[in-house]
Amino acid sequence: MKKNWPLWEVFVRSKNGLEHRHFGSLHAADAEMALENARDVYTRRNEGISIWVVESKHITATNPDNNGELFEPAKDKVYRHPTFYDLPDEIKHM
Amino acid sequence: MSEEQIKELEIQFEARIARDEKIEPKDWMPEKYRQTHIRQMSQHAHSEIIGMLPEGNWITRAPTLRRKVALLAKVQDEAGHGLYLYSATETLGITRDELLEQLHTGKAKYSSIFNYPAISWADMGTIGWLVDGAAIINQVALCGASYGPYARAMVRICKEESFHQRQGYEILVTLMKGTQEQKDMAQDALNRFWWPSLMMFGPTDAESPHTAQSMKWKLKRKTNDDLRQQFIDQTVPQAELIGLTIPDSDLKWNKEMGHYDFGEIDWDEFWQVVKGHGPCNKERMKVRIAAHENGQWVRDAAMAYAEKQQIPA
Ligand SMILES: [Fe+2]
Ligand SMILES: [Fe+2]
Repeated sequence: MKKNWPLWEVFVRSKNGLEHRHFGSLHAADAEMALENARDVYTRRNEGISIWVVESKHITATNPDNNGELFEPAKDKVYRHPTFYDLPDEIKHM
Repeated sequence: MSEEQIKELEIQFEARIARDEKIEPKDWMPEKYRQTHIRQMSQHAHSEIIGMLPEGNWITRAPTLRRKVALLAKVQDEAGHGLYLYSATETLGITRDELLEQLHTGKAKYSSIFNYPAISWADMGTIGWLVDGAAIINQVALCGASYGPYARAMVRICKEESFHQRQGYEILVTLMKGTQEQKDMAQDALNRFWWPSLMMFGPTDAESPHTAQSMKWKLKRKTNDDLRQQFIDQTVPQAELIGLTIPDSDLKWNKEMGHYDFGEIDWDEFWQVVKGHGPCNKERMKVRIAAHENGQWVRDAAMAYAEKQQIPA
């Protein structure tokens, strides 16, 4: 019976000091092969110095349909931002 | 969902695109948007993969080591482009297996340019210069596509394409400085590839019924005719500079328009090739399917090995 190679998500750190960033995905039989393929597919021109791979099925994501209840409450909480507060003009460095 | 609700979602969706918002895989999208994207993106992916065949054929016959490493790297890039695009297409809810199945059964198309043979070394120069040149014009226009994964794949691809075109043009520059035989070989390659390259932009706007919808969805940012004109305007001076003659007696600079006028494209030939009657359609499919089938045992073995590793000893 034919079994297809699972899908993996690829994250690459382009240089030290920067975070790993999602670069794309690929198919591979196992983690080791996923790393090898990620190297060939996503870093042919020095795009990275470190690679993470994770099987796509292990990623849990929010549903965009719930974006309203999840992310909108933050919008009316302007008091979380420094610009919300009135200070005398003379004040510097705050 | 009721028809009314869908209508409402569609209106919101169109508004998001009009505001230049990107659409991401889990967002709601009209079924037709999904299907049109699967069709165009997979066609693009297939073109990258089939596009490796005419050039791959020449790797062992490259005239110098410098040319060989360049061609090898280019062909490897095309494999990468195909993979970026397949993954991006899979985010729309179709599997890699289904995509390949569509290619192998002829249900999905790929760029008709790859159904022309590459018979001389000058063809490697001409393909890099014209075919990758035309592809770049298409792809730059797509970096602003509305579907996020497609636009991101395009940005990555565009970064890699410029060397493809330059290595091709350099081959022709070298041939045009060579013997009469080499110059003739370069001119012959241009004669054969010029018109098929113009066809790469697809039918004229008047014959392209999907253009309006694709423009609205930002799956296309410029029309076929605009892109074709841009290609001609930028390519003609490049030919002249190295002493090549564009095989079009109607070609002339139109001062008023600021564009080149050009001759009639043979659309019958285009449709013949699209329908499978080009010089190499059968050969390309045969090689592609054989590669896939001959690799099946390797994929199976890798999977079996991976499964075995997971079983605790
Ligand atoms: Fe490419
Ligand atoms: Fe290319």
